[in-house]
Amino acid sequence: MNTSVQTEKATTPTPANPSQGLASGAEILIRSLEAEGVEIIFGHPGGAIIGIYDEMHRLNPSFEHVLVRHEQGGTHAAEGYAKATGKVGTVLVTSGPGATNCVTGIADAYMDSIPMVVFTGQVPTHLIGNDAFQECDTIGVTRSITKHSFLVRDVKDLAETVKKAYYIARTGRPGPVVVDLPKDILAARAPFHYPSSVRIRGYNPVGRGNTEQVQKAATMMAEAERPLFYVGGGTIISDGAERLTALAQKTGIPVTTTLHGLGSFPENDPLSVGMLGMHGTWYANMAVQNTDLLIAVGARFDDRVTGKIEAWAPHARIIHIDIDPACISKNVPVDCPILGDVSKVLEQLEPLVQPGDYSAWRSQIDAWKKECPMDFERDGKLRPQEIIQALREKTGGQAVVVTDVGQNQMWGAQFYSYVHPRSHITSGGLGTMGFSLPAAMGAAFGLRGMDRDVISINGDGGVMMNIQELGVAAAHKLPLKVVILNNNYLGMVRQWQELFHEERYSHTNLEPTNPDFVRLAEACGCVGLRCDSPEDIASTLEAAWEVTDRPVVMEFSVVNEEKVFPMVPAGAATDNMITAQFNPEACA
Amino acid sequence: MSNDTTSNNTTAVMPELTPQQLFRKQAAGEAIHPDAEDSIHRHVLTVLIENTIGALNRVSNLFSQRGFNLESVAVGEGLKPEQARLTLVTTGNDRIIAQVLKQLNALIDTIEVEDLTEEDHVERELCLVKVRCTSEERGVLLAMVDVFRASVVNITPDSLTFEVTGPTAKVNAFIGVMKDYDVREVARSGRVAMRRRLAFEH
Ligand SMILES: Cc1ncc(C[n+]2csc(CCOP(=O)(O)OP(=O)(O)O)c2C)c(N)n1
Ligand SMILES: [Mg+2]
Repeated sequence: MNTSVQTEKATTPTPANPSQGLASGAEILIRSLEAEGVEIIFGHPGGAIIGIYDEMHRLNPSFEHVLVRHEQGGTHAAEGYAKATGKVGTVLVTSGPGATNCVTGIADAYMDSIPMVVFTGQVPTHLIGNDAFQECDTIGVTRSITKHSFLVRDVKDLAETVKKAYYIARTGRPGPVVVDLPKDILAARAPFHYPSSVRIRGYNPVGRGNTEQVQKAATMMAEAERPLFYVGGGTIISDGAERLTALAQKTGIPVTTTLHGLGSFPENDPLSVGMLGMHGTWYANMAVQNTDLLIAVGARFDDRVTGKIEAWAPHARIIHIDIDPACISKNVPVDCPILGDVSKVLEQLEPLVQPGDYSAWRSQIDAWKKECPMDFERDGKLRPQEIIQALREKTGGQAVVVTDVGQNQMWGAQFYSYVHPRSHITSGGLGTMGFSLPAAMGAAFGLRGMDRDVISINGDGGVMMNIQELGVAAAHKLPLKVVILNNNYLGMVRQWQELFHEERYSHTNLEPTNPDFVRLAEACGCVGLRCDSPEDIASTLEAAWEVTDRPVVMEFSVVNEEKVFPMVPAGAATDNMITAQFNPEACA
Repeated sequence: MSNDTTSNNTTAVMPELTPQQLFRKQAAGEAIHPDAEDSIHRHVLTVLIENTIGALNRVSNLFSQRGFNLESVAVGEGLKPEQARLTLVTTGNDRIIAQVLKQLNALIDTIEVEDLTEEDHVERELCLVKVRCTSEERGVLLAMVDVFRASVVNITPDSLTFEVTGPTAKVNAFIGVMKDYDVREVARSGRVAMRRRLAFEH
């Protein structure tokens, strides 16, 4: 907020209020956000919500407002903030285009179960349906991408609606909630009272798991010979990573994680088999195909994990722990469903399980690890994998890494070796290019003063999709480390074209339209660095880490044709992995 | 793409299913032989929701959003005016029906979801049929009223309008018979359903 003006305004008493004790809808909204404990909101003003901005100017609220440069950037920033801190992200935008610009971010948060509340302006109630200026049926447009939504029709309901919105966004399986605010409601007046709790008849999130089911799971675990934990993002959301780690170490059961599960179990632990799925490790996928008991924890059997579903984990009995009933047996019918909060269920499970003797299974997995390790070619050319590994060394695995979508996302997942929950943030479900930069900014806001590096990893394609937020990060002096793996291609699409479309590189070359990223960074008030060879990686990172008062953009000119391996082609059986080291037949 | 051949082969010759694969297919109600079809069932559900347009929108939206089938919907105020009661008829294999129930339950405004299919329940549908007729035809048409226990709700010199209520099969039969004549309009309510007894009586 503009502090210089605030101090002046803050000394003036509340303006003459004809109706004593009543507050405007705009003020009620601000007071509600304060009462909810909101620390930061990402917003962009416009006609329908100008009243809220006016009240923010007058009231000097306890939360910070960050003026983003595109509403989509605001939604991703709120997501990054939520993922990094575990708190609810907040977005405030105007009606019509302000709201539609949020659609991608809302859909992203819906797919990845991110708690977020988006306040959208709306035309005055009496104009709704008239095609008024900047009118959009925001509730209709966002219906299938929100956990829930509200159109506030009476200022008296506003405070309670805000309370409900945050409650719904945060609890159960988290997700985005839209609150649509007609302009006349923001101007109307009512007494302000923020409820301390709300009850919603049809909504009762679950807690502990059913004791019998938990016991059954423990028995199945005791009976298994080749058990495997399959851990997803729900484990991190429920703050269950420590319990999961303890449980795996107590039992000696190996762990594979999904993309969103990265960080729920330390990847440098011998029990870790890394990530599974389309670009998972060969040995994780081999373990899945051979396990006799899959213990799915806060995971959702996504098609990027399973590939051809009929052929996936063909020998496994399955235990599935999840908070969302609709997630259980959605794609794969399971043998032992446990409905509950992951962290609580793991707590219930812990005393019931014993260390097992899985030595044969473990040595089989170790043999697979040796057979096809995660590696890449070292021939003196600048390869993205080496850069990610250098980042790992530079930060000792303590950074929060926010990746974009494409090849950079997969290398970022494969080569950093995550050891902490909430240290890996990405757009997994929707796969939104342009996510990383604003999300990293949001994460950095959430982690200010905590001495955590925040690294944004991007491709040259995706980074351009929300590049406007660079100036925002600079204005707020965020010491973001922005990595651009410039392969001059929409690399992941190019990879598919090379492998599955006979090298027809239709419209994936970005060279003609790529900017000079170093100069672009500088134009936005950041430091720009360029690196062209492997020898310069270390010095580039050195220089970047010296900057502490603004973002640094590092452009790495990497080998253009590098591909992500291993790979299970879309829709193929997991047995049919392509790896760089082996021909596909040898792996099958 | 070197893998294409391998994956295509698997569909052409159904491989031996592992016991777990067999279990999963059976649990989902999917066919376990290459040429067989999934067993698709029709389910009658009642759903109690908050009586708001937003809640109703979310229910109907769910079916298109998730690609579920929706054969019929009937909505009206329930016992309490602030709650609406829907009767939905949907089809799918066991896995899909389980998803329909869970996804309906997941909606914030949903108070209760029940699958009446296996319960002892009554189903009724109301239908209005308007037929254009000559005075010679009128007698025959009116005779139909008794057979179907329908009623005549309007008579003009050129037309008859009938009301028939009953299970869907009966309504279909009535419309089928009427189709021999000059039917001009058909309006059906969609099915409403209710468990015959109280929930705790068995
Ligand atoms: C908004 C959006 N548009 C299109 C895609 C499809 N897509 C997935 S990866 C990719 C290429 C990304 O290129 P780049 O950002 O340069 O990353 P690279 O794969 O080269 O690392 C594209 C176009 C997407 N995921 N998101
Ligand atoms: Mg690229």
